[in-house]
This record gives sequence, C-alpha cells and structure tokens, in this order.
Amino acid sequence: MKKIVPWILAAVFAAWVLSTLHQPPETGFHTRDFGRLPVLLNGRVQPLDSVARNTLLQIRQRQSVGDRSATAWLMETMMNPEAADKLDVFRIDNLELLNLLQLPESQKYYSFDQIQPHLDDISRQAQRINSVGDANRTAFESQLLKLDNALEIYQRLKLSLCPPGTTDFAGQLAAYEQAIPAGVAAAQAREAGKKYDQAAFSRLLDFLSSYNDLSKFAYPLMVPPATDAKSRADWQNIGQNVMSVVHGNDLSPAVRDYAAMATAYSQNQPAAFNQALDDYRHWLGEWFVPEARQGVQEFFFNEFEPFYKAMVIYVTAFLLAIIALLTFALAPKLSETLRRSAFWLVVLGGVIHTFGLVFRMWLEGRPPVTNLYSSAIFIGWGCVVLGIILERVFAVGLGSAVASFAGFITLVIAHNLSMDGDTMEMLRAVLDTNFWLATHVVVVTLGYASTFMAGLLGVTYVLLGLFTPLLKYKSGNLELGKVLAKMAYGIVCFAALFSFTGTVLGGIWADQSWGRFWGWDPKENGALLIVLWNAAILHARWGGLIRERGLMNMVIFGNIVTSWSWFGVNMLGIGLHSYGFMAAAFWWLLAFVLSQVTLIILGMLPTGTWKSFRTPSGPAST
Amino acid sequence: MLLERLIKFFTSLRLTVVLLVLSLVLVFAGTLGEVHLGLYKAQTEFFRSFFIYWHPAHAAWKIPVFPGGYLLGATLLFNLVAAHISRFKLTRDKIGLWIIHAGLILLILGQLATDMFAVESQMHLREGQMKNYSEADRLDELAVSDVTDKKLETVVTIPEWLLAKKGDIRNDQLPFVVRVKEFYANSLLSTNAAPGFARVNADAGLGAGLWWQPVPRETAMDRRDVPSTLVEIVTPQDALGTWLVSEWLEQSQTFTANGRTYQLQLRPERFYLPFSLRLVQFHHDVYEGTDIPKNFSSQLLLNRPDTGERRNVLIYMNNPLRYDGRTFYQASFDTDNQGTVLQVVKNPGWLTPYLACILIATGMVVQFLSHLVPFLRRRRQ
Repeated sequence: MKKIVPWILAAVFAAWVLSTLHQPPETGFHTRDFGRLPVLLNGRVQPLDSVARNTLLQIRQRQSVGDRSATAWLMETMMNPEAADKLDVFRIDNLELLNLLQLPESQKYYSFDQIQPHLDDISRQAQRINSVGDANRTAFESQLLKLDNALEIYQRLKLSLCPPGTTDFAGQLAAYEQAIPAGVAAAQAREAGKKYDQAAFSRLLDFLSSYNDLSKFAYPLMVPPATDAKSRADWQNIGQNVMSVVHGNDLSPAVRDYAAMATAYSQNQPAAFNQALDDYRHWLGEWFVPEARQGVQEFFFNEFEPFYKAMVIYVTAFLLAIIALLTFALAPKLSETLRRSAFWLVVLGGVIHTFGLVFRMWLEGRPPVTNLYSSAIFIGWGCVVLGIILERVFAVGLGSAVASFAGFITLVIAHNLSMDGDTMEMLRAVLDTNFWLATHVVVVTLGYASTFMAGLLGVTYVLLGLFTPLLKYKSGNLELGKVLAKMAYGIVCFAALFSFTGTVLGGIWADQSWGRFWGWDPKENGALLIVLWNAAILHARWGGLIRERGLMNMVIFGNIVTSWSWFGVNMLGIGLHSYGFMAAAFWWLLAFVLSQVTLIILGMLPTGTWKSFRTPSGPAST
Repeated sequence: MLLERLIKFFTSLRLTVVLLVLSLVLVFAGTLGEVHLGLYKAQTEFFRSFFIYWHPAHAAWKIPVFPGGYLLGATLLFNLVAAHISRFKLTRDKIGLWIIHAGLILLILGQLATDMFAVESQMHLREGQMKNYSEADRLDELAVSDVTDKKLETVVTIPEWLLAKKGDIRNDQLPFVVRVKEFYANSLLSTNAAPGFARVNADAGLGAGLWWQPVPRETAMDRRDVPSTLVEIVTPQDALGTWLVSEWLEQSQTFTANGRTYQLQLRPERFYLPFSLRLVQFHHDVYEGTDIPKNFSSQLLLNRPDTGERRNVLIYMNNPLRYDGRTFYQASFDTDNQGTVLQVVKNPGWLTPYLACILIATGMVVQFLSHLVPFLRRRRQ
C-alpha cells in the first residue's frame, strides 16, 4: 500500500499534466494558429496570444472572457469591434468609481458600451489624478487611473488591425491602391498651384485620414520589417505600412494577409480566414523563421500554464502532508502512505515548476530573476528544492508540507503580480547584464527563499506546538520539535551564506556600474537587514542565548525582515531599485507582518499553554 | 576584577547579538529616514555619525537617542577583534570562522577608508564640449579670478563651508578682503518683490535690484541646492561695493581693484584632472516601439598633454572608464540627448570589498562543509 498509492497518485497527476499537451484540431476559425502569429510589443517579439492574455490580465484580471479564449477575444476586438464592445471585459470593483460611471453594482465586469458615455469624464479625471503623486492617491483615484489605462489599451487594440467601420478591409485596401495614382497626381498638381482633380484628391485623403488613426494608435506592431530592411527590429504597425504606399513603398504581404483575415472574419467565413492565415504563416516561414518560432514557443508556454499546474499539485500535496502529520500517531500506516504521496507530488510539482522556470529563461534568454514577478517564481522554486532536501534528510512529512505551502503561496503571489502586464518585459539599461543577474540577483533571491523557508519552519513549530501534541512525538529517536529546530538551524546557515554573498555581490555590481560599493540604497539596506538578522540568529544560538523556542521566534521574525526587503522597500518609491508604489500590496504586507507578530507572541506564551509540552511524552512512530 | 568583567563584556557573544540587532534597527530607521530626509542627509545623520540625536522643534539643544553607524561599526569591530584575541583557538573546525571574520574586518575597514578618502564628482559635457575638471555633486565654491592677463588666469577659490561661516576672508594672492555678509545654502532669486522675497542689499553688479530668499536644503537625490551669497570687497583703502553672487547668475561679474581686473562667480567646486575629455557623441538607445531605455553611451576623446596620449573611449552602462586612479561612469544625460553626465569616483579603497568578499565566501564554504559533511556522514550511518 504505502509504495503503490503514492505512485498511482503521482501518475494520475502526471497524466493530467501531459494530457493538456494534446489539443484536438480546431473547427471553424483557427484561433490557436492566429494566436501563434508573432508581433512586436514592449520591445520584444511575442505571439498575439501573449498580447491578448497580458491585456486581459490588466483589464479583466483573467486570461479569458467567459468560455472565449484570450486570442478569440482579441480577434473579435481587432476585427469585429462592434461585437467586442458588448463583451464584459472591464473589471471595476471600486464603488465610488461605479457610482461615477452610473453602472450597476451587481456586475463584476462591464462592457465598453456601458462605459463609453463616460469616456470624456474618465479622461478628464485621469488627467487631474496623473498630476497627483503615486503615494498620495486614494483607492478611487488609482482605480480610475487603472480603468483609464485599460480603456486606452482596449481602444488602441481596436485600431491595430483594420480601420473602424469596415467589414471588408481587403476590398477597401484594393480601392485605396487604385485611388493612389490619380490622388497623388492631384495632390502634386494642387501643390504646384495648378488645376487638379478635386474628387481624386479628396478620395485619397479620406482613405489616408482613416489610416492615420491606425498608424498613430495601434498597440502591437504587426508588420514584420521589409525583407530588405536594415534591422530585424524594424517592425511597423499596419497603418504605417498602408500609408507608406503613397510614397511608393510596397504594401507588405503581411498587411494583405491580415486584411484578408479581417474581411473573412467580419463576414463570418472561416474557410477564407483559415486560408489567409495559412498564406501568412507560409510567408513567415520563408522570411521570418526565428520570429515565427518565438511565437510558437511562447504560445506553447502560455497554453501549457506550468505554474498554474504546479500550484494545483502543491495544494494537493500540502493537504496530504498535513493529514499525514495529524494522523502521525493515530494511524501510522495511513500517515506514512500519505507522507510518501505528498512527497512525490511535491517532487512532481517541483519538476513542472522547474520546467516553467527554465522554459521562461530560455524564451527570454535571461537568468531566472529579472523582475518582481520572476523573483516570486524563483523564491518558490528555491523553497521547494530546500523542502525536498529536508524531506529526504528527515522523512517526517514536514519538509513536504513546508515546501508545498511555500510553492503554492509564492505562485499565488506571482499570479497577482502578473496583473501588471507583460512579465517578460525588456530590461532597463542598468539591468541589462546577464552576468550580474545570474550572480547577484540569483544568490540574493536564494537568500530570501531560505530565510522564508526557515521562517515557515518556525511557524510550523509554533502552530504544531500550541495546538497539537506532535512536537513531542518521536520519529526514530528524535522528537519532531527537535527535528524542526535542526531543520531551521540548518536553513538559517544556508540563508546567512546566500544573503551575505548575494549582498556583497550586489555591492560589487554597484562598484562596477556606478563606482559605489555601498550607497545605502533602500534595497541594499533591505538585503543588509536580512544578513544582520541571520547573523544575529546564528550568534545568539552559538552564545546559548536562545534555545529551541527562541530560535523559532527569531526565524519567524526573519519572515518580516525578508518581506520588508522583498516588497516593503519597493513601496518607498525612492532609490535605484524601486518599482513604483503598490498600494494594494501594502495592505497585504501589513497583514502579513501582523500575522507574523501574532505568531511570535503566541510563540512566547509559557510552555504550560502549549499542547505539545503539556502532554508528558508522545508515542513513537514506526 | 573590573578588568576581567570588562573583557568578558567586550568579548561576549551577547554583545555581538545586541549590536547586530541595534544595527538592524538603525538600518531600518535609516531607510525610513531616507524617505523624509533624502538619501544624502539620512546617510549623514544615521550612518556617518556616532549618535543619532533628537531635539524638539526649534530647540537649540539635542540629546543622543540611538547609536549611529560609526559607533555601532566600531563597537562591532572591537567586539570581533577582542573575542578573537581572547577566546578563539586556531582549531580545524574554527578555521572557517577565522577567515569569515578576517574578511568582515577588512570589509568594515575598507568601507571606513572609502568613507574618508573617496571623492565623488560629476562631469557634465555637451556634445563637442571639452573639460579638464569634474565638479562636486553638492558643494559650491566662490571663484575670484584675476583675468587681467588674457593668457593666464589666476583663481582663488573659497569653499562653501568657509562662506557659510561668514566674516572676512583674506588670501595672499588677493589685494583685498572678501567679506561674506550673507550666505544662503539654497536660495531663490526674483526680479520683483514676490511674497517671501527680500531685497538684496547689493550696490554693485547684477544683484542690485534683485530680490532673494533662503529656502530649505534640497533632499531629493536628483536635485541640488542653488546657493547665493552677498559679499563685500574691501581694499585697505576703501570698500569697493557689495555683490550678490549666486549660482542662479550664470555670468561672472567683473570689478577692478589695484588696477587689476577680477571676476566673481559662485560655481560647483571643481576637481582638476591632468587630462581632458571631449564628448564626441552621446547615444540613448531604446527598445523598438517603446521608450524603455536599452543603453546609454558616451563616445569621448581622451587627451593627455603631458604624455601625448590621445585616444577614443566609449563609456556605457556597466562599462566605466578606469583611468589615472579615477573611474568614470555613465550616470545621466541631458533631456535633449545631446549631453552626458559622467560620475567621477576616486576611491583608493575600491579593491577591499573584492578581497573581503573572496575571504568571506571561502570561510563560509569551509565552515559550512566542515559541519555538513560530518552531519551527512552521521545520517548515513
């Protein structure tokens, strides 16, 4: 039993993960192929699917609209905007904002049509709020700004592929091309002060004015550089390319194909749409192999959702590990089966987590941590690895419990951080160095991870000790309490090593980049705090100033120090490392700090109130 | 007896822990202080000090309430050295600790040296412009230049701290006394009597008819103070007049004394170099289709007359120029992308963190392995 069940469970989950790799062929519009098409946005080539998902995360906080996939929604928005305007895609939670817009409070998501009458009002308010400093904004103001930003992106998306109000973009383009010779001749004659063909001139002007909007407001750049262009980064938006035809340039094959897709889509002809899509993919396959491949790979990553899957597995593993701990004495055999199941699930989750992490690194061509989002992914990964090691060394289920919990929570945090938009954004000039990102940032983030891990062990100790008799139970010849203390101490040593080395490496980077080993920048100070605290814990233990419970309380305080350094300093809005104020995150941080303080206070209660220490001695486990 | 207790106190781990915790509090408070006071002032008050003082608003007295960075650093250092001398034995399982702590001592001493000897300044160059000096970030100087001889200019500079003391300033090179009547470390000027402004009591030069007011010192990192001062030039025979000299006034002001022509100017303090740099071109690259900066780079021409060295250098992000004991970093740029700001650092102790880092990392690995290996061996058995 205790060998088979864990394997079956792990196999079931593995099968679930693998099953999503196979997708049935699409009938109707080939949405997924459309989602794979490469475009340029935020300075990098990415598939349209990423544009769709990241936009939806920003405006709707979800990656889909009902049962419509992100790409399907994007197609509607770009090629059939009147219908898209009726979809509920804008998430608004703030009551004041809803009142301002006279929207019903019963909904969670609202359509563009509902908001449209108030557009002027919103942009007027946003202009005023923009002049208010980040830190001084009320919840209403920052929500309004967010909505304004969402509306801007949405309206730009609508102007990215075809001009508004046409159901036959391809036909319109043909008419435009025909109108050019006469129109240009008329314009030249007019310029020269001669008699000119008024009708031909204004006909061309009408076309150009509608394409001008497209060229000015388009969101992603969808037209790959001309095949003889100097730089492969020289992408254009559709409007720019269409307008350049007047100056004698060729219309890009990309625009012809997109226009054919738009026409077929708005006239609901899937076969014609898929044909145009295939034509475009063939053309890309001839000239833009790396870009097309980039699109396909990132699309796969988006669709596979490794971090979501790891999250589901971690939750399951955590529940199993907790039940294993609680049934430790009551049903040792069941407990052992559950413990092993939890362990193998953590390993499976860890494998998928690692896959996602490495795939991201490969897509970006970067070390694992480049921004706050990826730091959360990496901290979780570090904790899971440490937890697996702990579980291998002390096979009592605690390592799995802590690892799965940490993995789950950090992935949730990462998911919330992804709401800000593209998580693979390009790096600003100073950060554009793989060497320092791979050394300083990785090591210091491992320092965060191990300090959190130690803290989590401390929390486990206090909770188990106060509310269960488990700490006195023996596994082999060691009490669980002692096991936890050993684990925490070992991890603190790790944490001290990583946080110190990471901090000093950061200093050396600073010395290399702006001539200052140490500049008392808030983020540097934050890292120093972690070093100081870990050093304090180690010295207090070596000096015999603290014992088991003291150690545990100190490592819990380490959670506060680390969360301050990870998130708190970014909220200060000063210094070289700040990423802007995050009002919502601030309340979460405060809540977290309070919870840890509460745990420390609980941890300091006299041992008489601890369930573990009231019970004389627990039974031994086999 | 007392000595024994003292030794015990100063070598105890208890003291180490207390000091580490106090440092933690100090660094945290200092970080918060940086938000209100600005990086520079907070550093001076919290980290480059022996005590942090508290005083009631507008009071002339202050009391120390918390140990400052220097005091904590020094005590930690003392505690560390004392503990090593009195307690530690050179055994195999302690050798890692020895190396770690030796590295720490080097790190702290190196930072102290940096703090005392490092000089940071800036060099602002427009495209085509050449300079053989860098300028201080925040401190100014009053330059009194004898420009009678068109070919040779003799300059006497008076540093800001001396101006701030007010009073008479004499120099052998000058046939007059510079009497500082007023000095505002940060100021505003106006051409009319706007609210808050007072008339400048100048009777010569550009300042006559202007209005001024002192304003609080700038704490933001990206802005600097603009000082102004009122000086009277007094020769043994008589007073020549009172001038307003300010960094707001870009032109220098001329007067004659003893038949020679002098100029007055308040300007950022200068550090002269034995070579010059000319900005050939500045580049500000962005990622395609965005305004996210990808790189900043300055193409410069280095010219050193005394050795005849003349060559092109390129400074860009994470790639400074190290030359003549100084390091030049790409620090900032003009909004029109036609000028660059280089950070110039002269730090004789720059190598210490590198050595310290190597020592400490080695020590940690040694210490870690010397515990981990036996532990794992025991587990295996």
